[in-house]
Amino acid sequence: MAKLILTLDGVVLKEYALTKERTTIGRKAHNDVQIDNLAVSGEHAAIVTILNDSFLEDLGSTNGTLVNGQPIKKHFLQNSDLVEIGKYKLKYVNDQGAGASAADFEKTMVLRAAPRPQEPRPSDTQSGGVRTDIRATQADTQFNTSTQTGGVRPVPPMPAQPSVQSQAPTEATPFSPPPAPPIHMTQPPAVGPITTLTGAPSAAAAPAVQQGVIQILSGPNAGRELALVKALTTLGKPGVQVAVIAKRPQGYFLTHVEGVNFPMVNGRTLDSQAHLLGDHDIVELAGVKMEFFFKPAV
Amino acid sequence: MNLGKALEVASATHTGMVRSHNEDAIAVDGSIGLAVLADGMGGYNAGEVASGIAVALITSEMRQAIAKTNLHGLGQEEGDVQAVRLLKGIIAKTNSSIFESANSQPQYAGMGTTLVVALFRDNRLSVAHIGDSRLYRLRREQLEQVTRDHSLLQEQIDSGMLTKEAARRSQNKNLVTRALGIEAEVEAEIHTYDAQSGDIYLLCSDGLNDMVEDDDIALTLNAMGSNLPLAANQLVQMANDNGGRDNVSVVLVKVLRDFPAADTWLSRVLSWFK
Repeated sequence: MAKLILTLDGVVLKEYALTKERTTIGRKAHNDVQIDNLAVSGEHAAIVTILNDSFLEDLGSTNGTLVNGQPIKKHFLQNSDLVEIGKYKLKYVNDQGAGASAADFEKTMVLRAAPRPQEPRPSDTQSGGVRTDIRATQADTQFNTSTQTGGVRPVPPMPAQPSVQSQAPTEATPFSPPPAPPIHMTQPPAVGPITTLTGAPSAAAAPAVQQGVIQILSGPNAGRELALVKALTTLGKPGVQVAVIAKRPQGYFLTHVEGVNFPMVNGRTLDSQAHLLGDHDIVELAGVKMEFFFKPAV
Repeated sequence: MNLGKALEVASATHTGMVRSHNEDAIAVDGSIGLAVLADGMGGYNAGEVASGIAVALITSEMRQAIAKTNLHGLGQEEGDVQAVRLLKGIIAKTNSSIFESANSQPQYAGMGTTLVVALFRDNRLSVAHIGDSRLYRLRREQLEQVTRDHSLLQEQIDSGMLTKEAARRSQNKNLVTRALGIEAEVEAEIHTYDAQSGDIYLLCSDGLNDMVEDDDIALTLNAMGSNLPLAANQLVQMANDNGGRDNVSVVLVKVLRDFPAADTWLSRVLSWFK
């Protein structure tokens, strides 16, 4: 469960759990997070929470809202973001991964029923299909992020398609989340539906491997160096002999891709298995000799 | 008609680095031009059951139906219509079958699965999908995502709440808005596209695209497209190297040459005179 920690001059004043779909922040008493200070507008900002994601929106406040030092109108909150309103600081804490067991990670679940059958399906064009889906989305969930009302200016991060704009319901709240969608839990809820739906940043950067480099030793390109920065680097001539060097957390691996002849490393011919390259290995491929080495740290 | 000479296929599936079982299921048969991938969900091992039923049933039903309707012999328009009709009918039947198992056996309650099916015929492919399993196409070195996920994140992207980049940081991954076997009826999204010689199609579960950037998927298919089994294994390995938080499955189909339906002696002679 995500929460906000309110501090003033480094002193913790209060913690707020983000349990509601919409949590309001402002000077007036009706706000969920009341900050009784003249630098804070009556209705200063709001946080919309959809399952495990929270979005902060400045409600046109006089003195503005900062996130990590930058003024924002709308912001997708990330764990440990620091929200500043006047002299007050609100830390957003949402470390989903910590509490859940590994088995709970990223289980695919069904959020909602299929679209209504009466929704006409267009013919075989992709754009038609897209449009129908958007309409179903709008109708089903009543996300109305692009509504322009109430003096509040939501800033859609992406240009919404015209069809989306025109179909968005025009209600007062510019940012109202879906009315508690029926979540089909496909896993026994251990703590509650929200805490089990944990995710984690994807495509985590591979641990640092020393930078590998290939230097060509023979042929017309002799002397050239090629830094192996990408996940895969292709060597050889397509249609004749091709091999790749894959950059992995464990190191650099040479693998044969195509051609009758397999690459040689230090005079030995490889088989179809990936071969872990060592510093100063000599690779021979399509008649060209090259040396693999680790670039000394600068 | 056998498409085995026109389509090269390869596949790989892996439990990943975190999960205890593999709830993904895949099947691919180049000779009938069919590739199926399902990512099951549901407690304990019910997810495997759902994805297993989906893949087994769709493959066997499709094999029979293709033979019975002579799908690969039909002309352009009739064939397109028939392919979509077969996909719709067989997916509906599969949905009922999973839904009934889930309702009749308590240990399977609530099980379901995502699905992506590609059916190749007559230089075309029809793609059906439900949920967040994807089909990508590599054409002239460009990777394009063909299917659009039925997921909360995709809806948030569509409505302008999230950018694609922000979506990668969302905590609401893996919430699909459609799945096979969850309700009595489900609508698969089906589209038909032209297939070209040299195209490489990738069917994958979210365990791949959540862990590996599209650019790296493109890089792999471009670098290893001439060795399809190696490319399939490389994709799985990259997902695992990046953390492998989910099961990861890939099916690759490469179009080696054109596969027109009317490949008869008569049509060949006629095309001579055109």
